[in-house]
Amino acid sequence: MPDATGLELIAQRVRDSVSAEAVTRAAFHREEATLEVAPAAVHDALAYLRDAGEEPWPHLMSLHGCDYLPEEPRLGVHYQLLSMERADRLNVKTRLGVEDPRLRSVVDLYPTADFQEREVYDMFGVIFEGHPDLRRILMPEDYEGFPQRRDFPMGGEPVLFTFNEAEYPRWYD
Amino acid sequence: MTDPLQVPYRERERSVTMEPVDEERLHDELFTINIGPHHPATHGVLRLLTTLEGEIVRDVKPIIGYVHTGIEKSCEDQQYWKAITFVERMDYLVYYFNAMAFCMAVERLLEEEVPPRAQYIRVLHLELNRIASHLFWIATGALDIGAVTMLWWGCRDRDLVLDLFEMSGGQRMHTRYFQVGGVMEDLPPGFEAKTREFVRVMPQRLDQYLSLLDRNEIWLQRTKGTGVVPVERLLELGVTGPLLRAAGHPWDLRKATPYSSYDQFDFDVPVGTVGDNYDRFRVRIEEMRESLRIIEQALDGLPEGPWITRNRKVALPPRHELATSMEALIHHFKLVTEGFRVPPGETYAAVESPRGELGCFVLADGSSKPARVHVRDPSFVNLQALPDMARGGLIADFIASVAMLDPILGGVDR
Repeated sequence: MPDATGLELIAQRVRDSVSAEAVTRAAFHREEATLEVAPAAVHDALAYLRDAGEEPWPHLMSLHGCDYLPEEPRLGVHYQLLSMERADRLNVKTRLGVEDPRLRSVVDLYPTADFQEREVYDMFGVIFEGHPDLRRILMPEDYEGFPQRRDFPMGGEPVLFTFNEAEYPRWYD
Repeated sequence: MTDPLQVPYRERERSVTMEPVDEERLHDELFTINIGPHHPATHGVLRLLTTLEGEIVRDVKPIIGYVHTGIEKSCEDQQYWKAITFVERMDYLVYYFNAMAFCMAVERLLEEEVPPRAQYIRVLHLELNRIASHLFWIATGALDIGAVTMLWWGCRDRDLVLDLFEMSGGQRMHTRYFQVGGVMEDLPPGFEAKTREFVRVMPQRLDQYLSLLDRNEIWLQRTKGTGVVPVERLLELGVTGPLLRAAGHPWDLRKATPYSSYDQFDFDVPVGTVGDNYDRFRVRIEEMRESLRIIEQALDGLPEGPWITRNRKVALPPRHELATSMEALIHHFKLVTEGFRVPPGETYAAVESPRGELGCFVLADGSSKPARVHVRDPSFVNLQALPDMARGGLIADFIASVAMLDPILGGVDR
C-alpha cells in the first residue's frame, strides 16, 4: 500500500493531470489507501493511473458495487487496482445517486472489467456507458429490479413446493 | 456468408435453420451449438454458446447464472459469525479459502490479531484444501479427456484429505472451522500422525498420476500446445493463479503479500514456460508438491498457545467457563443472540486460492450484520479467458481447455 503521504501525492498527480475536481477525498485507513473520485472523472482518472509515469497501476483485480443506504449518494463502485511489480494495491471508489446511475465503462482500459461491470449493472443497476455487451449476467434476463440494493426485500419471491403450489396459480407464466 | 461475430447475440441461437445446404457451402457453413448447461464436461452448470466451423471453434460465449443463489445477499441478513457458513458455500471445493478471505476482512475491520498457532493451523488447512481442490480438478479434468482411472485415483486421494478435515472440524466439506479471530478448536489428538502419513503417501501418488498421464499419447496431444493465451492478454483479463503462472508469470499472493504467516514458510512457486494446457497441468501438480512441503513445515513448527483470540467480545468463551464465570455467560449470551458488532468501514482482503486471487470485500455499517459482502471469485474472472483459449482450436481441445481452466460454477455464480 502507498502510505498516507504517498496517497496524497497520487491524489495531487491525478488532480493535476485529469482535473482539479477529479479527486474528492483521499483516505488512508487500516493500511488501505482509498481514492474517492468524482463519477464523471472515473474513466480519466483510471486511464491516468493505469499507465501513470513512475508508479503505474496496470491491473484491475476487482470491480464491485455496494449500497451505502441510508447515506447519500447511495451507490458506490469500487475499483481495486494492483501493481504486481510493487506488490501494491490502491482502491479507487466513486459514489453515485440511485436515480439513473451512470458511469463510463472501463472495459477499454481493463478488459477484465467486462463481466464485473455486468455484475454491478445486474445487482445495482449502474449503467456503464460504452460497455460492449451490458446485459444481466447472474440474474435471469427478464428479471426486474436490482437485488443487491439494500431496499430490495430479502426473500421476496415465493419458494414453490408441492404443498403451496395451489396458492400460486399459473406460477409458470 | 455473414461474419458470425457480427450477428447479434440473441439471433445466434436462431441461426440454425433447416434449409438444405448446397454443395459449395457445405464445408464453410458456421454452426452454432449450445454446450451445456447440463453437460458433464462443463464442470457444473455452465452454458457455452459455441460457433463452430467444422471442428474448429470460431467463437465462444460463456453464459452463466444458472446456479446463482444470492449468497452475497443472504450474507447481509446474517451476523458476521454466521455469514461464514454462507461464504463457504460459494466455491464449494475451496471452502477454507472462502472462509479465510471473509475472516481476514472481518479481522481487519475489527483490528483483531490472530494468535500464531491459529495462523499455522489455518495454513495447514488451506494447503490441505489446495491439494483436495487440485485433486478433484485432475480427477474431473482427466475424465473429460477420457482418462477414467484418474477420476477414481483423484477422488480416492482426495478422500484422505477429507478424512483429515473430518477429524479437525467434524465435517468433510464446509467445515466452518475458521472463525473470526482464529479457528474453532485445537487440532485433535492423532491429527498430526495422520497428516504426516498423508504427506508421506502423497508424493508417490503424484508420481503415479504422472506415470499414468505424462506419457499418455492421447493426454499429451490434447494438452500440449492447446489453449495458449499470451501472458499479456491473461494479465489484461485479470487472470490469476495457476493459469497465469503456467504462462510464466510468477505472481502468487502467498509470496507477494504474505498473510497468515506465509512468510515463515519455505516454498517455491512453480511456473510454466509456454502457457498451454500441459503447463497448466504440470504447474498444478508441482503446486501440490509445494503444498505438501508447507504442510510438513506447519506441523514441525506449530507454535503452542491459544488457537483463537482471547477477546471475548469476538470469540466464544470456552465451554467450561460458562459454569463458573458470570462474565463468560454474558459474553456467550451476547455473542450467540446478537453477535459481535463491527465498527463502520470497508475493506478488501485477498488470498491465493487454488484458482487465483480470491478477494472478499466487506462493508460494515456498525451493526452486527455486514452491509455488503462481495467475493471476487477467481473462477468468475478467469472464465473471461475461455474464448481466447478456444478460438481457432479444435472443439476437442476446447473441452480440454475448459478442464484445465478449472472453473467452479458455484463460485462463478455465487
